[in-house]
Amino acid sequence: MVENRPFLAILSHLILILGVAMVALPVWITFVGASHEAERMLQTPIPMWPGDQFFVNLKQTFWGSGLTGTSIAPVWMMMFNSLLMALMIAFGKIAISLLSAFAIVYFKFPFRMGFFWMIFITLMLPVEVRILPTFEVVADLGMLNSYWGLTIPLIASATATFMFRQVFLTIPDEMLESARIDGAGPMRFFWDILIPLSRTNIAALFVILFIYGWNQYLWPLLITTDADMSTIVVSIKQMLEAAEQSPEWNIIMMIALLAMVPPIFVVIAMQKLFVQGLTETDK
Amino acid sequence: MAGIKLDTLTKSYGDTQVLHHIDAEIEDGEFVVIVGPSGCGKSTLLRMVAGLESVTSGNVHIGDKRVNDLEPADRDIAMVFQNYALYPHMSVRDNMAYGLKIRKLSKAEIDRRVNEAAEILEIGQYLDRKPRQLSGGQRQRVAMGRAIVRDPQVFLFDEPLSNLDAKLRVQMRLEIRKLQKRLGVTSIFVTHDQVEAMTLGDRLMVLNGGYVEQFGTPIELYERPASIFVAGFIGSPSMNFLSGAANAGQVTLSNGTTIATGSTASGEVLLGVRPEHLKPEENGPFKMTIEMLEHLGGVTLLHGVLDGTDTQIVASLNGITDHQVGDQVSFAAKQSHLHLFDAKSEKRIEE
Ligand SMILES: Nc1ncnc2c1ncn2[C@@H]1O[C@H](COP(=O)(O)OP(=O)(O)OP(=O)(O)O)[C@@H](O)[C@H]1O
Ligand SMILES: [Mg+2]
Repeated sequence: MVENRPFLAILSHLILILGVAMVALPVWITFVGASHEAERMLQTPIPMWPGDQFFVNLKQTFWGSGLTGTSIAPVWMMMFNSLLMALMIAFGKIAISLLSAFAIVYFKFPFRMGFFWMIFITLMLPVEVRILPTFEVVADLGMLNSYWGLTIPLIASATATFMFRQVFLTIPDEMLESARIDGAGPMRFFWDILIPLSRTNIAALFVILFIYGWNQYLWPLLITTDADMSTIVVSIKQMLEAAEQSPEWNIIMMIALLAMVPPIFVVIAMQKLFVQGLTETDK
Repeated sequence: MAGIKLDTLTKSYGDTQVLHHIDAEIEDGEFVVIVGPSGCGKSTLLRMVAGLESVTSGNVHIGDKRVNDLEPADRDIAMVFQNYALYPHMSVRDNMAYGLKIRKLSKAEIDRRVNEAAEILEIGQYLDRKPRQLSGGQRQRVAMGRAIVRDPQVFLFDEPLSNLDAKLRVQMRLEIRKLQKRLGVTSIFVTHDQVEAMTLGDRLMVLNGGYVEQFGTPIELYERPASIFVAGFIGSPSMNFLSGAANAGQVTLSNGTTIATGSTASGEVLLGVRPEHLKPEENGPFKMTIEMLEHLGGVTLLHGVLDGTDTQIVASLNGITDHQVGDQVSFAAKQSHLHLFDAKSEKRIEE
């Protein structure tokens, strides 16, 4: 598209601006809501411009008791739980799928393709589908209300294994052969050659998986009954219920805002690698 | 330093046998070129010596050690691949040092060897670059450097020059040759380019369909090719083959011409004569009508059909000649330049 007609340019910009506005408006309202006093949020019309209470609200939400009259953990704790869960899921998934892809691509063992397809089939079995048996297993292992219980059942990943398999297949065989001549054993080859060569793909996957982990809802809701273990995404929903009694919208909006920060941070920090990892094919 | 001995070596993939009973002894310090058309098993043979491919039967010896079951790293070899296989994420220095680090050499020793190799190959100023920041020729040198630093018993090259442009190829060919002589390391070099093979090798192994057609010096291969395949493969443009019947020291071509060969052979034969050995001579036995001329500057190639047959022949004359398309020319060749091959077995008939 190298057309150069002003009308088209204006039209396409209008469409883009409209799209951005549709995405940004709710975020803006959340931000505005988080910067007013609680009383102001109950009057109509709701404010469209930020107030001056942002830092007061931030302090109260983050370090204070948070929402009055509810029995949820302090917000910093919920964020910590979410962060730990997201990191464990992202790192766990990456580690496991790197190793399984390594095994499938570089080792000859009986039923190799059989194992590959078994892993692949788990694509059809996300937690939501197997939630009851998985809950049963986790409960029997005594992992309810623990970080392990939160993360381990989510760690196996067919998508990531498949992706790393594709990445490894693009690495020329000669790379392995020259490493063999150099005297590198399998694990050495894995660490010194494969991991650095998959660096950008690992980064791209990390972004996706971190957000996947951060946004987990159903599973944490099910297996954490302890308030100290609850994650921020789950808590937002609980707060909406609490809002029926004491509608402190400024605090709720602030929590929602805080819940958005880590994923945004991860995306921005990894942006360059992320794009490289998804686009570059050359090894 | 060590020689290499291949002892009735065979290789099969499932039911298909790709190498048949390869026997060869390579002297210490010798430069052997394996040459043959695509798919004849050159790389497979080289990779069996390297230990990258398992041996189906037979033995590979390096020095006096049987290495069939040794890992590549334990065979004391170094290999240069066609695509160089440099580690893209490591600097040139690290690429060369990687194998030494694994062997746990001291830092000082690694530095010494890397710098020495860099000096030999004149890549000193690139040591801190990544392979992707180098030209093809420079990468080629780095790949060589990686082989040299290891100070191996044997160098193995798998078509290392085929990704370079023609001029660089000639230059690197000479450099590899000089380097090998200087270091005196036994080397096996795989190529499908017969000019490369002739200029590089102390001896050439011509492979065809998994069989060794001939193993000898370039001159032997040129002067006494053991089969039609070798005769056609070595030399450019390739040898002319004329079918005929041998009887009592002469060959009668299919157009009735008789040519004295001095051979006692009889029966169906192919008479081989190289284009550069055909000399214009009035009343010469090889008569042809020129169909096409190629002026290459140093030589002129005359293409045509042998009169009275439909056999294509080529003659190569020195300098620029004033022949025209359509001219009839006669050629003769010295008796010692005539090669006789059995029409059935395609093997050379010895006088
Ligand atoms: N892994 C394999 N499985 C089955 N057949 C194979 C395998 N590797 C090679 N071959 C066959 O072995 C034969 C020899 O292959 P090789 O790679 O040695 O040829 P080459 O002489 O090096 O050819 P080129 O000049 O094209 O590199 C080929 O016919 C090829 O199809
Ligand atoms: Mg090959």
